[in-house]
Amino acid sequence: MSEAADRAGVVRRLPLADRLSRLAPVLLVPVLVLVGLAAISSTSSWLTLTVSGLAMGMMIFIMASGLTLVFGLMDVINFGHGAFISVGAFVGVSLLMALGEMTGAPSLALNLVALFLAVLAAMAATAVMGWAFERVIVRPVYGAHLKQILVTVGGLIVVEQLIAVIWGPEEIYLTRPEMLKGAVTFAGAALERYRLVAVAVGLVLFLAMRWVLRRTRIGLIVRAGVEDGEMVQALGYRLRLVFVVVFVAGSALAGLGGVMWGLYQEVVTAGMGEEMMILVFIVVIIGGLGSVEGCFIGALLVGLMQNYVAFLEPKLALMSNIGLLVVILMWRPQGMMPVVKAK
Amino acid sequence: MPEPILSLSGVCTDIAQYRILHGVDLEVARGGVTMLLGRNGVGKTTTLRTIMGHWRARAGTIRLHGRDIIAAPTAAIARAGVGYVPEGMGIFSDLTVEENMVLAAVSGPLDRMRLERIFEAFPPLRTFWRSPAGTLSGGQKQMLSIARAMAEERRLYLIDEPTKGLAPAIVSTMAAALRNLKRQGASILMVEQNFAVARALGDTAAVMDDGRVVWTGAMADLAGDTALQERLMGLRMEGA
Repeated sequence: MSEAADRAGVVRRLPLADRLSRLAPVLLVPVLVLVGLAAISSTSSWLTLTVSGLAMGMMIFIMASGLTLVFGLMDVINFGHGAFISVGAFVGVSLLMALGEMTGAPSLALNLVALFLAVLAAMAATAVMGWAFERVIVRPVYGAHLKQILVTVGGLIVVEQLIAVIWGPEEIYLTRPEMLKGAVTFAGAALERYRLVAVAVGLVLFLAMRWVLRRTRIGLIVRAGVEDGEMVQALGYRLRLVFVVVFVAGSALAGLGGVMWGLYQEVVTAGMGEEMMILVFIVVIIGGLGSVEGCFIGALLVGLMQNYVAFLEPKLALMSNIGLLVVILMWRPQGMMPVVKAK
Repeated sequence: MPEPILSLSGVCTDIAQYRILHGVDLEVARGGVTMLLGRNGVGKTTTLRTIMGHWRARAGTIRLHGRDIIAAPTAAIARAGVGYVPEGMGIFSDLTVEENMVLAAVSGPLDRMRLERIFEAFPPLRTFWRSPAGTLSGGQKQMLSIARAMAEERRLYLIDEPTKGLAPAIVSTMAAALRNLKRQGASILMVEQNFAVARALGDTAAVMDDGRVVWTGAMADLAGDTALQERLMGLRMEGA
């Protein structure tokens, strides 16, 4: 830009290629959906799989969003994040079972109240657990990645064993609340009610999170902190305190994701969080470290890809997301929408 | 003589296994502008970062308003009234210009009068108010960086090479803004390689070499003595 333009403040428009490049990750989701439509001959099957993929993606997003901010803000790699998923699932499912009369009643209102109470309990429990986890396990190893990996994996193992002690070593099977069972028919496709609820919850949470990050001061601090934590402190903000808030919120969201995933699978196990961490890490990496938007798009891509490939070529389903990870990283080595600078 | 707003005594700082500052002694007078000069790599930026608490001093004392801040967290140092403009500008490129400024007003909403004064000094910031800071040019980013430090009343400004890499016309805009800040009675400690700017703004100068302050005195004395400049910094300063 010229000196005169610098002084006068002439608005510089980004070149078209740059603007398209920014938009490209957002376009990937509709592109994948259209590729799915072309590859799957039956429209009703495609619709069912798409809703299923979106529901799965939303749940993974809920579990992963806190982790990406935790990494972005304080450069902390928390392999123990899966513990919050498992504990959230067990707490939520225990409460749902205790509220059997409400969940078994053919009343949507009663079912939703029971679900809300279960989610609230799971989020409260995992928030408290997240606070303790940060204080006892994460805080002593700030800035030391290898130690972070070792102690957070250790924390995960301890929590899984504690779950076995409290709830027993067996998996717990459950049924969804009465009104969330079954499916509705749309355009000849059977769409599971619970999956539609999961899509709605995920969408509301994403919009709420975006609003908080863009419209509130704490959101501004978090976004700025992910980009340059040192400068945020130099402005006068206590980043450690903000980090604890984000860690606790991320743990609570993982707890919520755990309840939702448990209801989706209709079974909960102590190791479910650990198993989910593979998908969660894929989403965080392809989304770009520290980016909630990238995490959201990445989660949808993973959910859709898994469902489409499982239908078209079941043997490839397990490695489809690894393939997605490889392709995305070859295209954008720092993920689709990285916020954190390469370290 | 009034107590200095900032004083460093015997400050030593290590980065990894290397000692970068070997006992820095420095004072910034209340309402004065002290220029921190010296060759590249002598510890000027490290001195500012140590004052801000980004790097911890191993030894010595750093007093701000007479209070030792050597162990204070960075946020507490900033809240004690220190505005910091780092060498890399520290702009949040993902945030808009407005969001950068809102964030800089730590104690509450942005003061409209103050903001108008900032717009007068740096007109592009008004134009780009809603644009992502990452789309600004280098000069505009530097304007934002200084404007952000001015978003609230500060008692001391630490400014690291504000004119580095800027076109001459932008340098004069920057110098005018800093001169205005000085007129308002701000105390400033500034690292500057552009000697014309340093001479125009500085009341006193401190020259560093090998992690120590090796000369302090009036800026006018240094500006008028080319032999001294050559001895301290190895070259005659441009614009001297």
